[in-house]
Amino acid sequence: MAPLRRRRHSKPDRLVTRRTARWLDSRLGAAKFARSALGKVFPDHWSFLIGELALYSFVVLLATGVYLTFFFSPSQEEVIYTGSYEPLQGVEMTEAYRSALDLSFDVRAGLVMRQIHHWAALLFLAAIVVHLMRVFFTGAFRRPRELNWMIGVTLLILGIFNGFAGYSLLDDQLSGTGLRIAYSIALSIPVAGTWVASLLFGGEFPGPDIISRLYVIHILLAPAAIIALLGAHLGLVVRQKHTQFGGGERREDNVVGERVWPSFAFKSIGLMLITAAVLSAMGGLAQINPVWLYGPFDPAEVSAASQPDWYMGWLDGALRVWPAWEIRAFGFEVPAPFFPAVLLAGLTFAALFAWPFLEARRTGDRAEHHLLDRPRDRPVRTALGVATLAFYTVLTLSASTDVTATTFGLSVNAVLWAFRILCLVAPPVAGWIAYRLCRDLVDREVARGETVPKPVPPPRRTRDRPRPDPRPTPAD
Amino acid sequence: MTLRRLRHPALLVPVLAAALFLVLGAGSAAQEEDPPGRPGGDLVAQGRELFVVGCSSCHGLDGEGVRAPDGADRGPSLEDSGEAAAYYYLTTGRMPLASSEEIPQRKEPAYEPHEIAALVAYVGTLGDGPDVPDVDAATGDLSLGGELFRDNCQACHSATGAGGALSYGRAAPSLGQATPTQVGAAMRIGPGQMPVFGRDALDDAEVDAIARYVRYLEDPDDRGGIALGRLGPIPEGFLVWVLGMGLLLLVSYVIGKRSYHRRKAEAG
Repeated sequence: MAPLRRRRHSKPDRLVTRRTARWLDSRLGAAKFARSALGKVFPDHWSFLIGELALYSFVVLLATGVYLTFFFSPSQEEVIYTGSYEPLQGVEMTEAYRSALDLSFDVRAGLVMRQIHHWAALLFLAAIVVHLMRVFFTGAFRRPRELNWMIGVTLLILGIFNGFAGYSLLDDQLSGTGLRIAYSIALSIPVAGTWVASLLFGGEFPGPDIISRLYVIHILLAPAAIIALLGAHLGLVVRQKHTQFGGGERREDNVVGERVWPSFAFKSIGLMLITAAVLSAMGGLAQINPVWLYGPFDPAEVSAASQPDWYMGWLDGALRVWPAWEIRAFGFEVPAPFFPAVLLAGLTFAALFAWPFLEARRTGDRAEHHLLDRPRDRPVRTALGVATLAFYTVLTLSASTDVTATTFGLSVNAVLWAFRILCLVAPPVAGWIAYRLCRDLVDREVARGETVPKPVPPPRRTRDRPRPDPRPTPAD
Repeated sequence: MTLRRLRHPALLVPVLAAALFLVLGAGSAAQEEDPPGRPGGDLVAQGRELFVVGCSSCHGLDGEGVRAPDGADRGPSLEDSGEAAAYYYLTTGRMPLASSEEIPQRKEPAYEPHEIAALVAYVGTLGDGPDVPDVDAATGDLSLGGELFRDNCQACHSATGAGGALSYGRAAPSLGQATPTQVGAAMRIGPGQMPVFGRDALDDAEVDAIARYVRYLEDPDDRGGIALGRLGPIPEGFLVWVLGMGLLLLVSYVIGKRSYHRRKAEAG
C-alpha cells in the first residue's frame, strides 16, 4: 500500500477497494501478510493443478451439501409416502428415504443439488487419486514432505469413508445393500466381529441408529476433519514450498514460477469456476443415483447389479474375486470377507502411509528433495506404482462382473475367473512394461545426447535457502 | 515427442466420452403387442401342421418330447406347457431354436402373428397347462406393482428392469421389450431359470399391477438428465472419470502449462 499512498498523498482515496484495504490494514496489519501471500511464487506445471481440482470439488460439495441438509431428514421412522412420485404413493418407507424423494421431486432445485453433490463426490475422489499418482510418480513425498503425504493419505481415507456414508444415508434399496455389506464386513472380523458390528449399527442389522449416526459423521465430523487436514495440507505446501521439476534455472534451492498475484490466482480462480461449471453441467444433464427407481430399503430385498460408487469398487471387486474360503485359526472362524475387505483395506492404507519411509530405507536416500523426479528416471518406483495401479484397477473393474457379463453376453463365472487371473497377471505385466519403457526412454535420450544419465547422487542437504525448522524427521 | 506433435492429445478423451454418452443415453422403443390368439377348430389343425414342420424334431410329433440317443433331453414334453408357454416362447422369438444346446434368447419372432395364434391353440390342446393370461396393465395398481416387483422380480431383473446375470452364462433378460401379456405368461410358466408364479402366489390383479410397473419401467420418470443405461454406479463412475476428469485435466493442461513466451525464453 505504501506506493499508492505516496502517489495519492494529498487527496482522500476515492476507490472503495483501496479505502477498504487501507481500513483493514490499519486495524489488522493485513498488508504485510497479504503482500507475502500474494507475492508467493508457485511453480508452473499443469500437473500441479490436479490437487486443486480436488479442493474445488470439495468446495462444491460443501455448498451443495449445506443446501441438502435444509431438506434431508436422517430418521428411520416409518412413514407412508404421499409425495408427488406416483409409483411410490402409499408405500411404507423411512423418513430418510421420503425426504430424499422430496428432495428429488418436490424441493425446488433439490434434484440438481443432489446430483451436483453426488457428481462432485465422485470427482473429488477421482481428483485425489490422480493427485496422489502425480505425487507418487514424481517423488514429491520424499523428505521433507513425508508428513504432508501422510495427511494426504488420511484425506483420501476420509474422502472414501465420507462418500460411502453419504451414499448410505438415503436408505434406498442400493444404499441399504451397501450398508448390509458393510455390516457383514464388520461381522467378519475374527472374535470381535459381532460386537463391532452391533456397536456400529446399534444392534442387529439394519439397526435403529445407523442412519442418524452416519448423518452426524457425514455432515459434521468427517467434513470438519477434512477441512482441518486440508488446511494443514495447504499450510505445509506454503511452509515447505511447492516442489518443481528440474531444468532451466530451476534448482534445489529456488522456486521458479509465477507469483500468486496476479497470474496464479487468476488461473486458480478460473479452475475453480470451471470445476464448478463442469460439475453443474453434469448435475443438470446426467442422471445419477435415481433413488426413486430403486425403492425403499427392505432387508429382505436385493436388486441384481448392485454396485457401490467407483471409489469403493476395489473393495467390492476384492470381495467378489476372493474365493469363498472359510478358515479356522486358533479355534476361531475367520470368514472369507475378512481377507479381501478388512485385511486388504488395512494393508493398502498402511502401505500408503509407510511408503516414503520404506523407499528411503530401500534407497538409503534420506536427503531433502525439492526437485521432482521424472518418472522415467526412477524406473523401479514407477514400475511398482504402475503395477499397484493395475492391481487396484482390475479389482475396481471386478466390481462389475455381473454388469460386464450381461452387457457383453458372457458367463458371469467366466468373467469372474478372468478377473481372478487378471488380478495376478496384470500387475507384473504392467509393471514390467513400465520398467522397460522408463529404461528405453532414458537410453534413447542418452543416445541422442539430450540428457546426461541421472545417477542418484543424493543432493547434499542444501542450507542455502532458509528452511522451516524444525523439519519433520523421517522415522528411521 | 509424438505426443507433443499432436496439439491436444487429451482432447480425444472428452470427444470419445461424448460419443459414448450419446450411445448409452439412447433408449429402446417399446414393442407393439401382438393380440393373443384365440383358439378355434380350424386354428388347431393349422397349428398342428406348423408344429409337425417346425417343432416336432425336438418336441416330438405329439409334443411328448424327444430324447437324444445318449439319453439327454433334446426337447422337453409340452403336454403341460399350455398356451401360455407357447405364447411366451413364440412371441418373444425364443423358439424355435437352431439347436437344443442353445440358450433361448429374445429375437424377432420366426412366425407370423396368425401362425403363432395357431401354434398356441394347438399346444393348448396337448394337456392341462396354463392359458394365455388376460393381462390388463392399464388397470393395474402402479405402486402395488412396484412393491411386488421389488419383492419378486428385481433380484434377477434388477430394480430398473435392465436385467442381470445368472450363473454359467444364463441371464435374466432386460424387460424393456416385454409386453404385458408376455410378462404375465412368463410369471405363469416360469421359463428357463425363472420360478413359476401361480395364482396362489400372485393373483390376476397382482399380475396386472406388475405388468403395469414393468411397462412403467420402460419409460420411467427420468428426471435428472440422461439415464446412463439405468445400470447404476458403474456407468456413473465411468462418466466421472472419462468426461469429468478428462475435461478438467485438459483444462488444467491448457491453463496450467507454461506460456509460449516462457517456454521460448527457457529454451533459448
